[in-house]
Amino acid sequence: MTSDELYQRDREWHPPAFTPDYKTSVTRSPRLAMLSLQASESELTGPTFGQCDIDPIDSDLINNYAKTGDPIGERIIVHGRVLDENAQPVPNTLVEIWQANAGGRYRHKMDTYLAAIDPNFGGCGRTLTDENGYYAFRTVKPGAYPWRNWVNNWRPAHIHISVFGTAFAQRLITQMYFEGDPLIAKCPIVNTIPDSRAIDQLVAALDLNATVPFDSIAYKFDIILRGHRSTFFENRPEGN
Amino acid sequence: MAQPLNYLKETASQTAGPYVHIGLAPGDAGFNIYANELGRDIIGPNAKGTRIKVTGTVRDGTGAPVKDVLIEVWQANAAGIYPGKGDVEDGFRGWGRVISDFETGEFTFETIKPGAVKNQNNQIMAPHLNLWLVARGINVGLNTRMYFGDEAMANAADPVLNLIEQTQRRDTLIARAGRTNYHFDICLQGDEETVFFDV
Ligand SMILES: [Fe+3]
Repeated sequence: MTSDELYQRDREWHPPAFTPDYKTSVTRSPRLAMLSLQASESELTGPTFGQCDIDPIDSDLINNYAKTGDPIGERIIVHGRVLDENAQPVPNTLVEIWQANAGGRYRHKMDTYLAAIDPNFGGCGRTLTDENGYYAFRTVKPGAYPWRNWVNNWRPAHIHISVFGTAFAQRLITQMYFEGDPLIAKCPIVNTIPDSRAIDQLVAALDLNATVPFDSIAYKFDIILRGHRSTFFENRPEGN
Repeated sequence: MAQPLNYLKETASQTAGPYVHIGLAPGDAGFNIYANELGRDIIGPNAKGTRIKVTGTVRDGTGAPVKDVLIEVWQANAAGIYPGKGDVEDGFRGWGRVISDFETGEFTFETIKPGAVKNQNNQIMAPHLNLWLVARGINVGLNTRMYFGDEAMANAADPVLNLIEQTQRRDTLIARAGRTNYHFDICLQGDEETVFFDV
């Protein structure tokens, strides 16, 4: 079993652990070097999910928690593909999202922001990519919200995204931002990422082709997971 | 100039934030939305092997408990087989989600003790759980392992534990064993910092 290994994670592309302008990271960042391992089955296998695990309505945040009507807010479609670094689609993988409502308020017992809870909006969704790695959610555009990092910070509108891939070492959580939002450049969490190209990759593009006329505007967001190495020549077998 | 390589770049990670539960464990965020919340049951009803309970606390660099952490567990079954790599018991998922208590920061989960698995070089790795931690303030999810304190012989021969140059730090990956309970604290930073992996 030598063909499953992954390209190494580019730690200069990801944010470092210690990013003092994002204050919570100061005490939650490991300071010692990580131990680099040759991956084994423990890292190269991972959980799989099927249609029986989820319900089709789970990907429609406009309907999946509606009680008395539609949620308030700008109706949007977020769609794209999950690919690996070799540009190969990642089919049948679980994509989960969560977000604030149109006013910037989360449905969470720890969120106390004064913006109103929307009785018809839960704020989470999930889906499996299809055989081409394609996924789509329908939701409302989340609002910006304040947080106390410096005295007066505002998060740009964003959707949190969790993706699996096929190996536990591909596991990824990130955040998707919206093209044209002036708060992106001012956000200490966005700016934990050192390379501006990596930030650009987190900004979903307005996609008029995918809008539903007189219904929903659309944003396109592709998600890239670590790629598998191909083995052209077998390693020398060890131990024999 | 050489030819462009044309690989894509992995999407950069961002913190899961304080409200990760909404997406990954909405029942814990305080509302019910999914009939089937994923990750609640690691082993299913038919798992063979020793049932165990694991408790612990994740601590930050000041020693304070991290009360908003979410941990994912990935493990082999009692025969050392990962789902997808061979036959496992019907319903055995090998994967679960655990959150810390919002008040105390303690986490608890139940599973079975996994069997040993071989690495790519055919060396036997001691039984272990693979853990992945996300929380507010953690920019990239942290990978680590939990080994079992009552497997001293296997742990001493484990090729991953043996990679840790500072031998006293190996203990940060070994859970304290009771009869069927294990206790495993994770330190994000400080004198007792847990060994995390770049895999
Ligand atoms: Fe957020």
